[in-house]
Amino acid sequence: MHAERKQLVAPGELLAEGPYFAGENTYREGGKIFASRIGMADVIGNKLIVVPIKGAYIPRIDDLVLGRVTDIGMSGWQVDICAPYPAMLPMSETPMRRDRESGRRDLGSIHGVGDLVLAQVIAFDRTRDPLLTTKGRGLGKITSGRVARISPAKIPRIIGKQGSMITMLKKETGTDIIAGQNGVILATGKNPDQERIAAEAIYMIEHEAHTTGLTDRVKAMIQERMKGKTIA
Amino acid sequence: MRNDPAVKLIDSKGLRVDGRRLDELRPIKMEVGILDKANGSAYIEHGKNKILAAVYGPREAHPKHIALADRAVVRCRYHMAPFSVDERKSPAPSRRELELSKVIRESLEPAIMSEYFPRATIDIFIEVLQADAGTRCAGITAASLALADAGIPMRELVAACAAGKIEGKVILDLSDIEDKKGEADLPVALLPKSNVISLIQMDGSLSDEEFRQALDLSTDACRKIYEMQREALKLKYHIVRDGTEDKEEMAEVKA
Repeated sequence: MHAERKQLVAPGELLAEGPYFAGENTYREGGKIFASRIGMADVIGNKLIVVPIKGAYIPRIDDLVLGRVTDIGMSGWQVDICAPYPAMLPMSETPMRRDRESGRRDLGSIHGVGDLVLAQVIAFDRTRDPLLTTKGRGLGKITSGRVARISPAKIPRIIGKQGSMITMLKKETGTDIIAGQNGVILATGKNPDQERIAAEAIYMIEHEAHTTGLTDRVKAMIQERMKGKTIA
Repeated sequence: MRNDPAVKLIDSKGLRVDGRRLDELRPIKMEVGILDKANGSAYIEHGKNKILAAVYGPREAHPKHIALADRAVVRCRYHMAPFSVDERKSPAPSRRELELSKVIRESLEPAIMSEYFPRATIDIFIEVLQADAGTRCAGITAASLALADAGIPMRELVAACAAGKIEGKVILDLSDIEDKKGEADLPVALLPKSNVISLIQMDGSLSDEEFRQALDLSTDACRKIYEMQREALKLKYHIVRDGTEDKEEMAEVKA
């Protein structure tokens, strides 16, 4: 091992030599393992990985994503999920039943261009665009709440260990928070103040993602902001 | 012009016009992540050169027909601001800028793992705000930092520096006057870890011996610049950490 755990590494930096596996964001060359992205080095068993601190969202199957409808096609919608590839949401993957007579025109009445949808990735392999589904509990059109966009690499921090951060956020702000793996987060509360504070907390977490004791600091910030706000 | 006796490029002490030794780099300052809207960005001051680099992507390829099935398309635009040189430069891309865009792109491509993002594009923009010779090299150095800042997978960083010849002596890192009055200019871009030269061009003429000397000088300088790049990249993320981590928490972590 040349790099320590949690050490910040740059692309091309030597991580280890010897009997290790090259995991995510690393590559092997001549028996040595190097980092391929900027991030924190880590070891899982004898696999070396680099946890990225920045980067684009690459869809994975079963990811929950929040996207915006950009186009209506013959049999489905095109959805921008903040990835390098546009996603497709086919009509057949929505819980709606298709009316045989009216075809295309009706698609617009389900999801119009600009609508926000919560969906799940059902297929993606880089050779073809990701496929989405809105079949499932809670999936579908989003009609209320406040959206915060952060770097997708910071989503694990928003959720926290065993969901500790997101549970705290929900409890303290009194909102329901859905964190899309693509970096889009939705906070829905009973009044706009709660949603605004939730968004503020989310941006604070993004900004200070690589610091310790963040949960407590965010909690203190929320409690400070919530003072004097009427919570219905 | 070439051997203008009025201008002495090397004085009696063996120092250059700006007081540097023959094998000395100009002062270099780098900063990473200075643009909010770009996915990755970097700013470099290399002597009097001031250059901004921004990276967007990987993102959807537009127009669609430029997309490649097996890897991302890397696009690069090198551009000089109209105010970057003494005489106003037309903002329209010149023949020279087009050529530099191409060679810079080709010097960065071996480092980028573009196969991770088939059908997408990675766009690099290099904007020269102030020019003083060696902008292509400083541009490459900054662009590779911006790429790393964007979180794009790379085999390593690319560092670049020029060497040349003035008044019969091989020198490192030419300034504007040395470039104009000198006898040769040799810009080199290096992938320091794998020891691969990804850009080499030459203006003027050098003997075999001089060429070897100049190449050694510039590759050594590239390695120095590479160290500065790594520092600049890490500094960005460390400042945030130091700014927010208070001492009590540090103690907690250690305990």
